[in-house]
Amino acid sequence: MKRLSEERTKLLFEKLSKYIGPNVKLLIERPDGVYCFREQRDRIYYVSERTLKLANTIPPDNLISIGTCFGKFTKSNKFKLHVTALNYLAPYAQSKIWLKPSAEQQFLYGHHVPKSGLGRISESTEKYQGVVVYSMSDLPLGFGAAARSTAECKHADPLTTVCFHQADIGEYIRAEEELL
Amino acid sequence: MDVVNKILENSALEAEKFKSISVEKNLELEYDLGTLLAIDNNDFDLKLLSQRKNDYLLDLARDNTQLLLNQIWELPTERVEEAIVVKLPPQKTVLPRMKPVPRPRPLTKWQQFAKEKGIQKKKKSKLSWDEQLKKWVPLYGFKKAKAEIEKDWVLEVPGNADPMEDQFAKKIQAKSERVSKNELQRLRNIAKAKKVKVPRVGVMNPDVSSAKDLQTAVTVAKASTASLGKFQDKLPKEKEARGVAAITPGASRKRKMPPVSGTQEKSENLAIVESILNKKPKLNIEKAVARHIRSEEQEQSQEKQTSGRKSSNNRGKANAKKPKGGKGQRKGKSGGGRKRR
Repeated sequence: MKRLSEERTKLLFEKLSKYIGPNVKLLIERPDGVYCFREQRDRIYYVSERTLKLANTIPPDNLISIGTCFGKFTKSNKFKLHVTALNYLAPYAQSKIWLKPSAEQQFLYGHHVPKSGLGRISESTEKYQGVVVYSMSDLPLGFGAAARSTAECKHADPLTTVCFHQADIGEYIRAEEELL
Repeated sequence: MDVVNKILENSALEAEKFKSISVEKNLELEYDLGTLLAIDNNDFDLKLLSQRKNDYLLDLARDNTQLLLNQIWELPTERVEEAIVVKLPPQKTVLPRMKPVPRPRPLTKWQQFAKEKGIQKKKKSKLSWDEQLKKWVPLYGFKKAKAEIEKDWVLEVPGNADPMEDQFAKKIQAKSERVSKNELQRLRNIAKAKKVKVPRVGVMNPDVSSAKDLQTAVTVAKASTASLGKFQDKLPKEKEARGVAAITPGASRKRKMPPVSGTQEKSENLAIVESILNKKPKLNIEKAVARHIRSEEQEQSQEKQTSGRKSSNNRGKANAKKPKGGKGQRKGKSGGGRKRR
C-alpha cells in the first residue's frame, strides 16, 4: 500500500476528469473525512484515512483489497477504470447516456452501444468523452466513451456505434476475480 | 607308503578344517551374478540365533558366499596369465545413480521465445534451384557465397539514398554487423546458461537498435550527470523508459513516496487537479464543428416554426441547391499560417 507517484496521480486525475470534470475535487475534498488514493500491485484504491490507518497493521503481501478499487495501471502505464468506481463517479458524471431497456442486456454483456439502443444522451457530449451509461430508470450501468458527439448522434445510422463499452456492472459476475 | 599316508592324513586334516562346498538350503537363493549379489530368503534359525548369535551369522554368511561362488564357478572360465578369470553376465538389479540427473540445457533466448509463441523449426533443403542462375545453389557455404556474388552484380540505389554511396560496401557492412550481432547473442546465451554476469554494452549501433533500446539509453544518459539528471530538461511528450531502475544512477527499483499527513496529501492532490483542470484548452475543431452544426440546426428549426406551412409548397425549390465549398462565411482562422495545436 503506497502513495501514488506524481506521474501516476496525474494520469489518474486526468482519466477521472474525463468523466466527472472539475468534480474530481469533490472526491478529494470531502466533508466526511479525509480520503486518499493508494496503490497496491498497480491497482488504485480510494480509501478513507481511518480505514487506511487500520489497514496499516496488515502486511502488504496479505492485503488483498482495501476501500474501493478505482482501476488499475496497465503494463504500459495507462490507467483503466474498473466498474467498482461507478458508485463514486456516477453522481458527478458530466455527460451521460441512457439506454433503451432493449439495449441494456447487450451493454451488460460487454458490447458497444449502437444508435438503435440509445434512449437519451446529455447535451454537448463531445466525441470520445468519457460517459456514464444509465438505464432509462436512472440506474448507472457502467462506463463508456462517446463514439459520436451529441450532434453527430442525431444523423447516425441506427447500427453505428454511439458509445464504446469500457466497463459495466455485468463484470461483477463475468470478471469477478479480476476486479477487486 | 609312509609318505603317501602322511600326505593323505594331512589332506584329511586339512579337509576337516574346511567345510564342504555343497550347502543345503530349504529355498534356493536368488542370484544376480553381474553385481555378485545373492539374496537368501530362508528364515533364521531363531534358537541358534539367540544362543550364539555371532557364530551363527558367520556360518550363514560363509554358506551363502559358498553358494554364490559355486554359481560363479559354473560360468565359463578363462585363463589369463596364470589367473583364472570369469566374465560376469550383465547385472539384473537396477541401482540408483550416484549423481543427480543432469539438468536439461537452458534454452537460448530465441528457443524460449519460439516455445512461447509455438514457432516450429522448418526443415530447409540443403539445395535449392535458383531460377536466375539456372543451377542448384546450396543453403550455405562457399558455393552459396559465390552464387550471391554472381547474382548481385548490380545493386539498386534506393530512392532516398545518397547516389554516391557504395551499395556494395554497405551490404558487406550490414552482413558483418549481422554476424557480430549473432556472435554477441551466442555469447550472451552461454553466459546466461552458466549464470555469469556480463557487463552491459550500451547501445551498439543506433541504426539497428530498437526504439526501446534507444529510450533506455536516453533515460540512463540523462540520469548520468553529477546531479543525477535533476536539472535535465524534458522534451514535450518525452517518455521515460520503464524497468531500468537497476541500471539508472540514483534510481531504486522500489521507490516509495515519503509518508505525509492526510491534509498535506490532500492539498498536494488538489494542486495536481488544479493544474490539470486549468490546462489551456486547445482549439478543438471537433467541438467547434459540433457547436456550429447545432446552432445551424436550431436556426433551421426556428425558421420552420415561424414560417409554418406557408413555405411548405415551395420548400423543395428553395432548399434544392446544394451548398458549394468555398462560398460560405468562414468563422475561424483567416487562412494561412501555421496550425496551432
